[in-house]
Amino acid sequence: MTATVESPRTPYAYPARSTGRRGPNLEKAGWIFMRASGVVLVVLIFGHLAYNLLFTPGGIQAIDFGFIGGKFANPLWQWWDVVMLWLAVLHGSNGMRTIVNDYVHREGLRRIALGAIASSAFILIALGTLITFTFDPCPTGVEAELLPSFCATR
Amino acid sequence: MTSSRTPTLADPKPGRVRITGTLYRGNEGMWSWVLHRISGIGIYFFLLVHVLDTSLIRVSPEAYNAVIATYKNPIMGLGEVALVGAVVFHAMNGLRIIAVDAIPAATRIQRILFWVVIAVVIVLMAGFTPTHLINVFGEH
Repeated sequence: MTATVESPRTPYAYPARSTGRRGPNLEKAGWIFMRASGVVLVVLIFGHLAYNLLFTPGGIQAIDFGFIGGKFANPLWQWWDVVMLWLAVLHGSNGMRTIVNDYVHREGLRRIALGAIASSAFILIALGTLITFTFDPCPTGVEAELLPSFCATR
Repeated sequence: MTSSRTPTLADPKPGRVRITGTLYRGNEGMWSWVLHRISGIGIYFFLLVHVLDTSLIRVSPEAYNAVIATYKNPIMGLGEVALVGAVVFHAMNGLRIIAVDAIPAATRIQRILFWVVIAVVIVLMAGFTPTHLINVFGEH
């Protein structure tokens, strides 16, 4: 006996790109972006986890304001984290967009969900980028033991 | 793909059903897809929280330290193993997807590649988990 499976989601979202359509193929660009950013994110996130949780003595127990202050004193880590932030948020948001398009069939609800994903992405990228580059590792009026050791010599 | 059918009076000894078309239900391809989605959704929501908690470095050292202390709780420590496991799976399975899309030879062995992904995840987690759990549960 043979059972033939129908082509999925024929009546719904993701129309195949029609031949008459003009302009850039954004879905294709997104497809390429997921692969390109994914490869870079493997390196950035594995580096992030290995440095913070494995190579730093104490791992998770050692992470505090002083640790971040010391790390962000190095522009390499600032840029590492900012690039990771941008790529991770965009990669994650585009993935969530795909999932919403797959499962949320009510148009109004779908728009709300996509709007929430897009605005979250914008807020997180703006917030994270601003903080990484305006961060002060040695704020005044704070106990010295909470700060990176290099603050004492300033 | 084949699956067993329930015997009926009209068809007491049903054969195996052959399902054709684009279906990959129940096989490695489906589990790769399902786990990729679930791990991706989990990582996405952690990412939202993680950017916000790290943002507290701009508020005050005390605020950041108070929130990051919750990550040092033993229950969170176990959750971090699950999170890193999800990240490692998503990463390795993502590389598998790229290979299967781009390299015809990889497409032909995509089922084997799924098990290769599982094996690599187990090896990487065997490297990560002891160090992390010693940090979480050990003396400090």
